[in-house]
Amino acid sequence: MTKPRTLYEKIWDAHVVERKDDGTCLIYIDRHLVHEVTSPQAFEGLRMAGRKVRRPDLTLAVPDHNLPTTARVDAQGKRIPIADAEGAEQLAALERNVAEFGVPYIGPTDEKQGIVHVIGPEQGFTLPGTTMVCGDSHTAAHGALGAIAFGIGTSEVEHVLATQTLLLKQSKTMEVRVEGTLGFGVTPKDVVLEIIGRTGTAGGTGHVIEYRGSTFRDMSIEGRLTVANMAIEGGARSGLFAPDEKTFAYLKGRPMAPKGAEWDAAVAWWKSLVTDEGAVFDKSLFIDAADIAPNVTWGTSPEDVVSITGSVPDPESFSDASKRAAAEKALEYMGLTKGQRMQDVSVEHIFIGSCTNSRIEDLRAAASVIEGRHIAGSIKQALVVPGSGLVKRQAEAEGLDRIFTEAGFEWREPGCSACLGMNPDKVPSGERCASTSNRNFMGRQGPGARTHLVSPVMAAAAAVTGHLADVRELMSR
Amino acid sequence: MDKVSIVEGGAYPLGVKNVDTDMIIAAKWLKTISRVGLGKGAFEAMRQDPANVFDDPAHAGSPILIAGDNFGCGSSREHAAWALNDMGVKAVIAPSFSDIFSGNAFKNGILTVVLPQEAIDRLMDVAKTDPIHIDLDAQSVTTPFQDRFSFEIDPFRKTCLMGGLDEIGLTLAEADRIGAYEAKVKADRPWVSAAVA
Ligand code: SF4
Repeated sequence: MTKPRTLYEKIWDAHVVERKDDGTCLIYIDRHLVHEVTSPQAFEGLRMAGRKVRRPDLTLAVPDHNLPTTARVDAQGKRIPIADAEGAEQLAALERNVAEFGVPYIGPTDEKQGIVHVIGPEQGFTLPGTTMVCGDSHTAAHGALGAIAFGIGTSEVEHVLATQTLLLKQSKTMEVRVEGTLGFGVTPKDVVLEIIGRTGTAGGTGHVIEYRGSTFRDMSIEGRLTVANMAIEGGARSGLFAPDEKTFAYLKGRPMAPKGAEWDAAVAWWKSLVTDEGAVFDKSLFIDAADIAPNVTWGTSPEDVVSITGSVPDPESFSDASKRAAAEKALEYMGLTKGQRMQDVSVEHIFIGSCTNSRIEDLRAAASVIEGRHIAGSIKQALVVPGSGLVKRQAEAEGLDRIFTEAGFEWREPGCSACLGMNPDKVPSGERCASTSNRNFMGRQGPGARTHLVSPVMAAAAAVTGHLADVRELMSR
Repeated sequence: MDKVSIVEGGAYPLGVKNVDTDMIIAAKWLKTISRVGLGKGAFEAMRQDPANVFDDPAHAGSPILIAGDNFGCGSSREHAAWALNDMGVKAVIAPSFSDIFSGNAFKNGILTVVLPQEAIDRLMDVAKTDPIHIDLDAQSVTTPFQDRFSFEIDPFRKTCLMGGLDEIGLTLAEADRIGAYEAKVKADRPWVSAAVA
């Protein structure tokens, strides 16, 4: 009898090209997403060594990080160049590189353009049981469809381009099990913030997480994408969901998904991708869904999580000295005082977007709270940035753009936007943003910017009230 | 890649936990298409503080950095490793590192030395005034005061670092095996073998 294996181990085993004596494996990479920021030095490396891209047909490039989210074409339909010279050069480098190396490319004016982690699943480029990489740590998101997906550095990008493989050590496994029905107003974002709040940002280091339990089984694919997206914020390089009927229904008919007889064969194999009865995880965390409330972050690390009904913690309450010091620093940076009620924290900026929460369900959820309301007078800027051109088109077809713009939001072109301070969308120093993104690091949304991570409905609640607010009080049951 | 065996000299006694990649190199520095020149952007926000260790004449130019738990957490940007390299840091000593960062550091010939917190505390103290010696072959960190701490390192990484090996070149030598794997997948799971037709 073969040893019971976890989902991760099954996919891993199917991708071993060679196992070395010390346990390092040469792992085949099925899918590689490339963007403009972490790839130029990799292509440069190939060029210098006279190497080719081994499998351009398994590679897909798209710019997202530094593209401005304002109009991309002028009235004559001509492409508007990026004003920032370095950003423009990075985009130009990507376009030169994909042309030279024959890599499939979705350009800035293509309707399919969007954030790498939104377009992968959307195009059916991401498939269950595959290995997938991208020079971006939130690649973990694709684990929502049952792929071992993880972020890599630029040298590894070069290694994958040249060889379609990576030298890796197998990770340990961690089970995160959540059981039960999520409460009213509680979303997948609150679930993942809860997990990180409990494990800490290093709790998953060296591990791959498998999300299990009824809460995750009942969750939509888009919700799962939100959860897996933030696996890295808990230190885990990937987070996985076993593919199921929801996964198959989501993928069927997507442009790059298998078709016809291949589809049937694929589904048959995908169905075998479940953790066997009796397989052992190296670590486990169990959460009762009933214990999860809408969450917000108070500090400068994604583990600094508190429920919206809570208050800013007292740094003295942490037993660990370095954690105490970090909390003090965080409060100073965030301009918060211990004991302050989270609901009393006013915000000037709202950002609904990023690869964590910019898909159609996110926009629908936020719009349901916004509809018939207006952003508070104290809000200086409220952005909605769809994750892709296709999400944008769908939202417009449903009239969501009008709900947002009538409420005072700006409706933008797809991209990473204010998730990271690399393009014109930034939060000014000392100002505060309720953001649906995934990182609240110091300076992440711009130098001195103060970030509170929240779900789309909570961002909407903050927009209409002008402060962090409990969305449950604004929603009708 | 340059060969790495001994790293010796002063150390920045940073000691901070959860030093994330945005702290090491902020996003505005990522708009480069080169691997060099990022040292000037390294630890930019921390350097606003006049008392920071990086600009302290006692430490400036040190080849070693001592930090707290979970060093390099956050993004996958290899720019963090390039920035350290560019400022002359050849080794980072911490109780733990993020997985992605330690991989990136390794690819750039930067040693990531994992030592327990007690050792870190001691080295932080020594670094205030004295140099630290790291010997990769012996897998040890020593001080002029007879301290000696051993560390573990993945044998493959050690060989690559000591030999200055080009990992891509090594893997390309396995092209036949990779081709055989591809042929097998094409037969067994044809739907994965072409994404973009
Ligand atoms: S949206 Fe943010 S986290 Fe996602 S890929 Fe872009 S920059 Fe990275």
